[in-house]
Amino acid sequence: MSAVTLFGLCGPALVGLGLFGLITNPQPLRKIIAFNLLGTGTFLLFGVIARRGAAAGLGGDPVPQALVITGIVVAFAATAMAIALLLRLFQESGAASLDSSGPNDASEATDPS
Amino acid sequence: MMPSPAFLTNTTTPDGFLLVLAIVLPVIGILLLFALGGRYVERIVLLLVPAGAGVAAAVFATVWRGGRPLVYIVGDWEPPLGIALRADGLSAAMMITVAVVVGATALFAREEFGRPRQQSEAGAPLVFWILLLAIWGALNIIVVSDDLFNLYVALELLTFAAVPLVCLKGSEETIKAALRYMLFALFGSVLYLLGTVLIYGAYGTLDIALLAGRVRPEPVAWIAAAVMTMGLLAKTALFPFHLWLPPAHAGAPAPGSAVLSALVVKGSFFLIARLWFDAMPGVMNFAATQMLATLGAGAILFGSVLALRQQRLKLLIAYSTIAQVGYLFFIFPLAAGAAAGNPWSGFGWTGGWMQLFSHAFAKAAMFMAAGLIAETLGHDRIAGFGGIAQILPVTTFTFGIAGLSLMGVPPSGGFVAKWLLLQATVMEDQWWWAAVMLVGGLLAGGYVFLVLGKALSTTDAPPKTHGSVARSRELVALALALCAFSLGLVPLRPSEFLQIGRPATPAVAPRMKSVPLLTMQSNPLRGRGL
Repeated sequence: MSAVTLFGLCGPALVGLGLFGLITNPQPLRKIIAFNLLGTGTFLLFGVIARRGAAAGLGGDPVPQALVITGIVVAFAATAMAIALLLRLFQESGAASLDSSGPNDASEATDPS
Repeated sequence: MMPSPAFLTNTTTPDGFLLVLAIVLPVIGILLLFALGGRYVERIVLLLVPAGAGVAAAVFATVWRGGRPLVYIVGDWEPPLGIALRADGLSAAMMITVAVVVGATALFAREEFGRPRQQSEAGAPLVFWILLLAIWGALNIIVVSDDLFNLYVALELLTFAAVPLVCLKGSEETIKAALRYMLFALFGSVLYLLGTVLIYGAYGTLDIALLAGRVRPEPVAWIAAAVMTMGLLAKTALFPFHLWLPPAHAGAPAPGSAVLSALVVKGSFFLIARLWFDAMPGVMNFAATQMLATLGAGAILFGSVLALRQQRLKLLIAYSTIAQVGYLFFIFPLAAGAAAGNPWSGFGWTGGWMQLFSHAFAKAAMFMAAGLIAETLGHDRIAGFGGIAQILPVTTFTFGIAGLSLMGVPPSGGFVAKWLLLQATVMEDQWWWAAVMLVGGLLAGGYVFLVLGKALSTTDAPPKTHGSVARSRELVALALALCAFSLGLVPLRPSEFLQIGRPATPAVAPRMKSVPLLTMQSNPLRGRGL
């Protein structure tokens, strides 16, 4: 099995795992990690496609490489922002979960705005 | 390499720099706000918003007068290696809608966020203005980009600007809403990226115009289209991905809700339409369009019924957004097989986009009216609205006008949109969508009158007020509602402006010529109706 095939199979496997985790896990932190797994699988596919395009003679198709760098930066920023929101939620409510049956529910019900 | 289609000029047009200005101006604003801090907020915003609106108006006027799209090739690197910015009639109309709503929001928000001097520089006001400009810039990139990856970056910019807007108040409830929104958005963006990589792998380009000629109906295109559409649906909050929308849009401050509901969800919808109609016309088939519209129909019924059951005004309006976004998806079955020949010369195409424009104005006005009512009463529980019409006559009137447009009562923008869509259901032999639309209009009437009836009812004791609102803000909301209403003066036929920059007939359209299969593929749509 060539390296391209191996990575080409790893990519979809990671995508599948990430998608499963993102949908089934109730905890936000786990969802964020699953999102990163999903993203990594996608980036791996970018690498495979860059390598496959290399069959034309070049060392590698540079366009997917340029795209994947941007993609990684965006995914990093997205993760950072999600984590920041989660931290803030933890500071405010004392729990890092999205369950609506928190201890502060009673006070929210009377929140005027 | 495929020769680029004749109707697309691959060189920068003389006025192409306007597109760059439209993107760069909001970014300059953001940088200035960061650099100069809160003290100059008002001056920077007052300078930039009219300038940006002027650029949008110039783009609109140029496309209108010239009758052809504006093109700017970034750095003179032609696609597929470079990136093209392109504003056709539809993009120009989107751009002006965005500029009007953002401008009105800026005027409306001046009271709320315009006085930074008393506060610390890092307070919510500065953040609000930065986010508003960021949303504007991102939407401008979305409407003029012609490259799928560039669109991905713009979509992320839009998300990153929209999510913090939800939790400006900083309460636990709004942070939860923002986090839920963020998780849906992450899901959406990574699926979109996955589709992008599949398309690049299969066809070797991400330029929409080039893709149109290369994409063939085959498994890889189906998977890419399905994955990307699913991701974008999550961001557009189409039923059943709507769960994040009501708490997020209801939790944001009123000007924020206005922008989120009127514009941000439309950004990803615009992308879905670009994807199906422009990048992959050959992949679209009868089943796919019916499925998208079925989800839209579900959104209309589900959103409207839930809106009727809400106790709080902002939640009611948010559920109404879910319903109104559902109408947009009727554009896929009603324009795809257009009896007239190509999608954009039919009634469905114009009707769908009119729905987007009129909903943008009406919904922004409605959220502003809701914000004013909440400020005056100190709450937004509908049950406590008795007598509000006496205290806030202009705002109640605004809510009513915007509501008429949502219902589709003539002569309003909503009426034109729904009339054109109904007309298209007849021409396309797809009467079942007409039934959903009529029921949706009835339900919309229900939830609008639920609020109006309460507001107009007289009570012995006038409701206690917690504060007064400036007349100028009431007038801003009213102006937006009148914008939605005046769209009703648009002629009831397929708009020529929305066809600018699109091939006139499919027979001579280069994209069809290059792959003869596509012509066959797009025509059976008609025969398979009733």
